[in-house]
Amino acid sequence: MIHTLRQVFRSGKFVTGFVIFVSLLLIVLIYPLLVPDDPLAIIGLGTFFPPGIYVNVYDSVNVSPYTLNLPDATTKRIADKLGPKERQDMKEFLLAAGIPEEEIDIEDTAKLLDLWEKNYDPNKNIEGMTLAKMRYYQRLNNSLKGLLATEGLIVALPNAQTGQLEQVKVIEQSDYANINEVPNVRVLPLGTDNFGRDVLTELVKAAGVSLQIGFVAGLIATLIGLVLGLLAGYLGGMVDDIIMFFTNLLIVIPSFVLLILISFSIGQDKRGAITIATVIGFTSWVWTARAVRAQVLSLRNRDHVNLSRLSGHSTVYIILNDILPYIMSYVVMALILQISSGILAEAGLSILGLGPRTTEVPTLGLMMNWAMIYQAHVLGKWWAYLPVLVTIALITFSMNLMNTGLDQVFNPALRE
Amino acid sequence: MNDTVLQGVNLTKVFGWGKQKTIAVDHVNFEIRAGEVCSIVGESGSGKTTLAKMLLGLLNPTEGEIYFQGKKRDISTQRKKREYWKNIQAIFQDPYSAYNIFNKIDTLLLDCIRMRGDFWLPREKKIELMSEACSFVNLEYKELTNKYPFELSGGQMQRLMIARIFLLKPKILIADEPTSMIDACSRATILDMLMKLRDEVGMTIIFITHDIGLAYYVSDTVYIMERGKIVESGSADQVILTPHHPYTRRLISDVPKIHEAWDLSTVTYSGL
Ligand SMILES: Nc1ncnc2c1ncn2[C@@H]1O[C@H](COP(=O)(O)OP(=O)(O)O)[C@@H](O)[C@H]1O
Ligand SMILES: [Mg+2]
Repeated sequence: MIHTLRQVFRSGKFVTGFVIFVSLLLIVLIYPLLVPDDPLAIIGLGTFFPPGIYVNVYDSVNVSPYTLNLPDATTKRIADKLGPKERQDMKEFLLAAGIPEEEIDIEDTAKLLDLWEKNYDPNKNIEGMTLAKMRYYQRLNNSLKGLLATEGLIVALPNAQTGQLEQVKVIEQSDYANINEVPNVRVLPLGTDNFGRDVLTELVKAAGVSLQIGFVAGLIATLIGLVLGLLAGYLGGMVDDIIMFFTNLLIVIPSFVLLILISFSIGQDKRGAITIATVIGFTSWVWTARAVRAQVLSLRNRDHVNLSRLSGHSTVYIILNDILPYIMSYVVMALILQISSGILAEAGLSILGLGPRTTEVPTLGLMMNWAMIYQAHVLGKWWAYLPVLVTIALITFSMNLMNTGLDQVFNPALRE
Repeated sequence: MNDTVLQGVNLTKVFGWGKQKTIAVDHVNFEIRAGEVCSIVGESGSGKTTLAKMLLGLLNPTEGEIYFQGKKRDISTQRKKREYWKNIQAIFQDPYSAYNIFNKIDTLLLDCIRMRGDFWLPREKKIELMSEACSFVNLEYKELTNKYPFELSGGQMQRLMIARIFLLKPKILIADEPTSMIDACSRATILDMLMKLRDEVGMTIIFITHDIGLAYYVSDTVYIMERGKIVESGSADQVILTPHHPYTRRLISDVPKIHEAWDLSTVTYSGL
């Protein structure tokens, strides 16, 4: 036993897969301890906030500022609003407004802005310009207001009695808030999804639930397949015929089709994550049963089984002691495959909208489903679906890698 | 004859159907008397192992009957099978595949003690029994305990199988080519021990071999098997000294030493 384990952990492929898998597992287990938020809590008012560090503006205004005189602060501020693309667009507008080309210098910010201020007219109708382009120029014009201003912003509050605005403080351009002193900062490494939920927290929870679904489905499928395969293979005769009849029946009907039909007939509100896992388990044992049966058939005529029979052992004892240990490595491999295909089956079902009901827990499949419904892929909101895909890929990849590693270790032993 | 312990009538075993059909054992008749060593000789594939498994009750005959101690054998239930297996046991050809590699050697011997009905004996008494069995086959129990089968040599494994038989003391032992898969040095020892079992325990031995010289050395009665059929049978001297069937003659001519001298002393172990 220990010897076998040592051999398994000497296989590079297995170890790689194992390390990836265990890392994922650890993240799933430890992350909720660090970020105990409800993974389905809607925190963002709006859809698909991009990944980043969110600093509370109100709080940053209120912390006492530090003055830093950084040489390129102004340049950066201007560049943010007035990049090369904006300058080019402005030049196009000015040309259309009849300004000769040699007068427009898009490198000289002051001159360009001056020219723009004199010539921009939001109501001006330029031939061939779309409505969207017109709006764009309006937005651009707004963002350019006060761009070259050097004085600070005034923060004002209405007077409680008179209702008149009174100046509270002035925020200078060289004022800096230390992010550590801002009480409300939220890091959203993967932004928010279409509902305004933190994608990372949701993803970790979803990975955990999907792994659970995979484990439950894999265990059920492997257990059913193992028991039926052992019985069919060892007992033979009528038992074998009956089991094989049902097995072949299920092979003719593709299990995914069966899965879709059953999920559909259960109905949306009765479909919990574990229900889905059970259904997946009960529809995917067929190949395990067949494979186990084939292995048992080749084992049951071996002399150690004959000797065990001659020693008066019961059928159950022989199956458990003389057959099962010999196919155990194989069963473990089948289990790993069943788990990873269970996770994929859930994802497939959920993408079709037949997954677990959406109100309790997220799953990897549900997250894909939501991202698709809200067209994250069309809108280029990669953080809503790409991390989910990567997680699914990592889980199945690590499990298949472990399987290949096990296969290489055990198969010479099985062939002997 | 009254002392017939095992009798086969028209025993037949067919594997598979249609094109794949193999008649492994074909209407075989024989009678084995108590206390004798009876050899079944034939080339590889002639159906000897299949016949042995039918006699052991590990395979159901396609056709024919087996009589045990004069009565038709009945092993229809697990209980009756257990009772039958107290009377008939086997040593298999390949010791490497006869052991469950996940069990320690002690398990094998303790199983025998349990089968004898001595399950309730105190631990020391069991160890005493196991040590006695091991020393019968020149093995040291202390060196074997807590070991796994793959830590033993082929010869040691096969001797341990004989120790198992010594513990069980069945009436009949079927030894299916017990020396063919182990190294030459161990073969003579194994044969010696089998003979010792016959002499000390009074066992009836059915000795299966492809080596007619060996059969002549060990047996009282010989059955020659060719492609599932028994083609010649009789006492060892009768069959080997005056063979009638061409197949028997061919088997004898394949063992050159027998022709040179019919003296037992030269035949001794020559075919081993
Ligand atoms: N379980 C089985 N299924 C099909 N054919 C078998 C089986 N066991 C033995 N045979 C066939 O029966 C014939 C006799 O085999 P066997 O009894 O092992 O011969 P021997 O022991 O004399 O070498 C062989 O042709 C073999 O291929
Ligand atoms: Mg054989």
